[in-house]
Amino acid sequence: MVQLTEAGVAPTPRPGGAKVLRAVFLVALVTAALWFGLRLLRDPTLFAGSSPTLSKLSQAAVAIVLGVGGVWALFYASNVAVEALPGRATRLLRPYVFVLPAVAVVGVYLIYPIVGTVLESFTNVPEGAGPLTNYVEAFTDSEVLLALRNNLIWLVVAPAVSVAVGLVFAGLVDRVRWEAVAKSFVFMPLAVSFVGAAVVWKFVYAWKPPGQPQIGILNAIWLRAGGFLVELGLLDEVAPVAWLQEIPWNTLALIAIMVWLQVGFAMVVLSAAIKGVPIELIEAARIDGASELQAFFRVTVPTIRGAILTVYTTIAIAVLKVFDIIFVTTGGNFDTSVVAVRMYQDMFRFRDFGQATTMAVILLVAVIPIMVVNIRNLRRQGIRA
Amino acid sequence: MKSRKWLWLGVVLALVAAACGGTVGTDTTGATDTTAEGAGQAGDTGYEHLDRALAGEFDGTTVEVWAQWLPESAEEANFTFALEPFAEATGITVDFQATPDYETALQVAVDGGNAPDLAQIAQPGKMHQYADAESLVALDWFNADKLQADMVPAFYELGIHNDTLYGVYYKTDVKSIVWYPVQAFEENGYTVPTTWDELIALSDQIIADGNGSPWCISIESQEADGWVATDWMEDILLRTAPPEIYNQWITHEIPFNHEEVLEAADYMSQVWFAPEYAFGGSTYINATWIGETQDPMFTEGGPQCWMQKQAAWIGGFWGANRDALADDPDLPPSEWPIKPETDVDFFYFPQIEEEFGTPVLGAADMFVMFNDRPEVRALLEWLATPEAAQGWIERGGFLSPLTTVPADWYTYPNNQLAEMVTEATTVGFDASDLMPAEVGAGTFWSGMIDWVAADGENTEEIFQEIEDSWPSS
Repeated sequence: MVQLTEAGVAPTPRPGGAKVLRAVFLVALVTAALWFGLRLLRDPTLFAGSSPTLSKLSQAAVAIVLGVGGVWALFYASNVAVEALPGRATRLLRPYVFVLPAVAVVGVYLIYPIVGTVLESFTNVPEGAGPLTNYVEAFTDSEVLLALRNNLIWLVVAPAVSVAVGLVFAGLVDRVRWEAVAKSFVFMPLAVSFVGAAVVWKFVYAWKPPGQPQIGILNAIWLRAGGFLVELGLLDEVAPVAWLQEIPWNTLALIAIMVWLQVGFAMVVLSAAIKGVPIELIEAARIDGASELQAFFRVTVPTIRGAILTVYTTIAIAVLKVFDIIFVTTGGNFDTSVVAVRMYQDMFRFRDFGQATTMAVILLVAVIPIMVVNIRNLRRQGIRA
Repeated sequence: MKSRKWLWLGVVLALVAAACGGTVGTDTTGATDTTAEGAGQAGDTGYEHLDRALAGEFDGTTVEVWAQWLPESAEEANFTFALEPFAEATGITVDFQATPDYETALQVAVDGGNAPDLAQIAQPGKMHQYADAESLVALDWFNADKLQADMVPAFYELGIHNDTLYGVYYKTDVKSIVWYPVQAFEENGYTVPTTWDELIALSDQIIADGNGSPWCISIESQEADGWVATDWMEDILLRTAPPEIYNQWITHEIPFNHEEVLEAADYMSQVWFAPEYAFGGSTYINATWIGETQDPMFTEGGPQCWMQKQAAWIGGFWGANRDALADDPDLPPSEWPIKPETDVDFFYFPQIEEEFGTPVLGAADMFVMFNDRPEVRALLEWLATPEAAQGWIERGGFLSPLTTVPADWYTYPNNQLAEMVTEATTVGFDASDLMPAEVGAGTFWSGMIDWVAADGENTEEIFQEIEDSWPSS
C-alpha cells in the first residue's frame, strides 16, 4: 500500500530523503517490536496474574502473532529498505534480502546444532583424555556394539520387507474393484504415530502365564492353533510365548511393527508408479507371450525402479532413526537396543553428553550415504518428469 | 560433570533409634496435640517466610510444583489433598502438576529454562546433578537448625550438597516388607516367618502342599525396568554384610561384584530362581508390569502366589483395588475391595545373619527449589512442617521423615512401619538411587533383567559387566 501511493506521488526512481528516512524508521520499528515481543515471551511473569492456563494460552497467542506477523513485517520492512537504495543496489540486494532469513534459520536451527554436536562429541571427554575417547568408548562398549548390530539388522530387514510387501500390495490392488477402500486399509497405519503403534503392538505381543486368559492376540492365536496341533498329536504341549523376550526373534517382532507402519507408504507411492507404466509396454510383453507374473517382474518392476529406490531409501532413513518403537515396547532390554535408544539414555538418564553426542554423530554419518542416494534419485526422477 | 563429589554421602546411616523414638513411643506428652490444628499459627512456625505467608503477605500469588505422582493416581489425589490447608491459610495458589515420564520431563524443563518453582526428586544423585549445574536455589536462607532438629538425621544429611542444604525431604518409604494373603495363610496353617530359614521352609511348604508358587515377583516398569530387583539385592546385602560394605559398595570403594555382593546374589537366587518359587518363572518376572505382579495372589480358586516384597504403595494395585481406585482415586483403604491388614497383611523381610540385626531399606522423596520467590520459600518451609504431612497421613500411605509428626497420627500400616524404622539396627537408603546414574539407573537395572532372562545362571558374568560399566572418572 505504502509503495503504491509512494510510487503514485513520486514517480521519479531516484530515492528521496523522505523515503530513506521512512525505510529506516520502519525497519527500526519492526526490529523494536520483535525485540520487545521476544522479551515478553521469555519472561512469562509479564503474563502472570490470571490462571496459569490462561497465561500459557495468551503466551501461545502472542507467539503465533509474533511468529507469523513478525516474519511478514520483517520481509516487508527489509523490502522497503532495499527499495530506498539506488536502483542497481536494489536489484543486486533484493534476492539476498529474501533468501538470507531462510539461510539464517537453517544455520541457527540445523547447521549450528550439528556442528555443536560434532564438536561436543570430541571435546566432552574427561580431563587429559584424547579427543577420540568417546568414540573409542563407544566402539568398545558391548552394549553399543549390540545397538549397532541391531541397527544393521533393522536396516537390512525393515526397508526390504516394507518395499516387497508394498510392491505386492500395489501390484495386486491395481486389479481390484474396491481399490480405494483396499488401499486406505493398508494405508491407515501410516496415520498412527510410532508411539501409538508401539503401544498397540505391545498388546498384540502381550504374554500372560499359562492358565490365565491371553490378552495378547498373537498368543491367543498361537495357543488355539497349538492346541489343535496337540490334539492331532503333532505337538507335545503348547505354552504362551513371550515374543518380546525371545532373543533374537524379538528384534524381528519389533521390525514387524515398523513394516506395518511403512507398508502403506510404500504401497501408495509404488501404486502410483505402476499406474504410470505405459500400458503399451505391458501389452507388448503379453503379445510376446509373457505370463502375468513375468510381465510384472520383468517389465513393470524395472520400469518403476526409480520409485522403488526412493521408497527404499526413505524408509531406510526412518529405520536408522528408529527409537519410539523400541523404547515403548522393551526399553532396549533383551538385546533389542538401537543407537537412538542409547543416545536417549546417555542424554537424559545418565547425563553423559559426550556419549550422547557421539551416538548422534554415528547416526548422522550412517544416514548421510542413504540420504545422498535418495536425493540423487529424486533429482533424476524430477528431471525425467 | 562426572565428578562424584556427593558420593561420600552414600549412606547407610546407622539410624539412631532415638531420632524417631521420641515420637513413636507411646508416652508422648500432651503438648504434641497443639500442632495438629490447621496449617500452623502465624508467627510461631519457626520459619520466616511461612510466618509471613500465614499473615497473608503473599495472598494471590501462585507456586508451581511438580512431582512424579502420576495424574489420577491415589498419590496425586493425596498430595493435592495434603496441600489444601496451605492454600487456605495463606491464599497462595499451589499449581501442582504430576507428570508422566517425570525425570525426563523435569530435565527438559530445567534445560529449557522453564523449571517449576518446586520439584520432587526421588534420587539424591539428581539433586547433586542439578546443584552442580547451578540449576537449584541453595537453601542457605532456610532455618536449617530447626530442620535438623525436626528431621531424622539421615534424611537431613541427604539433602546437603557441598555443605549447603538443597533438598528438603518430605516423604519416605520402607521397602523391607513382604505382603501375604491373611485368610489363606490361616486356612493353610502357615505362620509368618521371622528368619530366612523359616522363609525358605514356608516357601517349600507351599510348593509341597500343591498351592502354587510361594512368590509373586516381577520387574517390568516401563522406563525403570529392573528396580524391584535392585531393591531385593540391597535389602539382602544389608542383611548379609556389615553396613560399611553397603556404603563402600555404593561409593565403589569395593568392586560392584565384591564377594559379599555375590553372596547376597546367591541368597536372592534362592528365591528368584529356585524351581517353582517365583510364579510364572523368569518370563513372568521380566514380562509383568510391577503393578500387576501380585495378580495371581487374588485368583478365585485361592492364591497362586503367596508372598510379595514391595513397599506399602502396592495396596492400591491389588486385584480389584486397581479398578476401584481408577474410578475414585479418593477411596480410603477402609473401603477398598481388598483391604489392607484384614485381607492382606505384611511382615518384616526377615533377618538373615543375626550379627547384622534387623536393617530396613528405605527410599525418600525430597523437594528442591528452582525459582526463588518469597511465596516459594514459604511453601518449601511449610513442607517441612508436620501439617504438610497431616493430610496425606490421614488418607494413608505416608511416612514422614519428620520426628515432629505425632506417632498417634499414623494408622495401619504406617504406625507399624514407623515402629519398624525405630527398631531398625540400620536404615539403608536405596543404593541404586545413590550410585551414578549410569549404574544405578542403567546397568544395574539392565543387568538384573539379563540375569533373570538367563534364569540366574550367569551371576558372575552379570556382576562383572556391571562392575565394568562403572564410570571411570
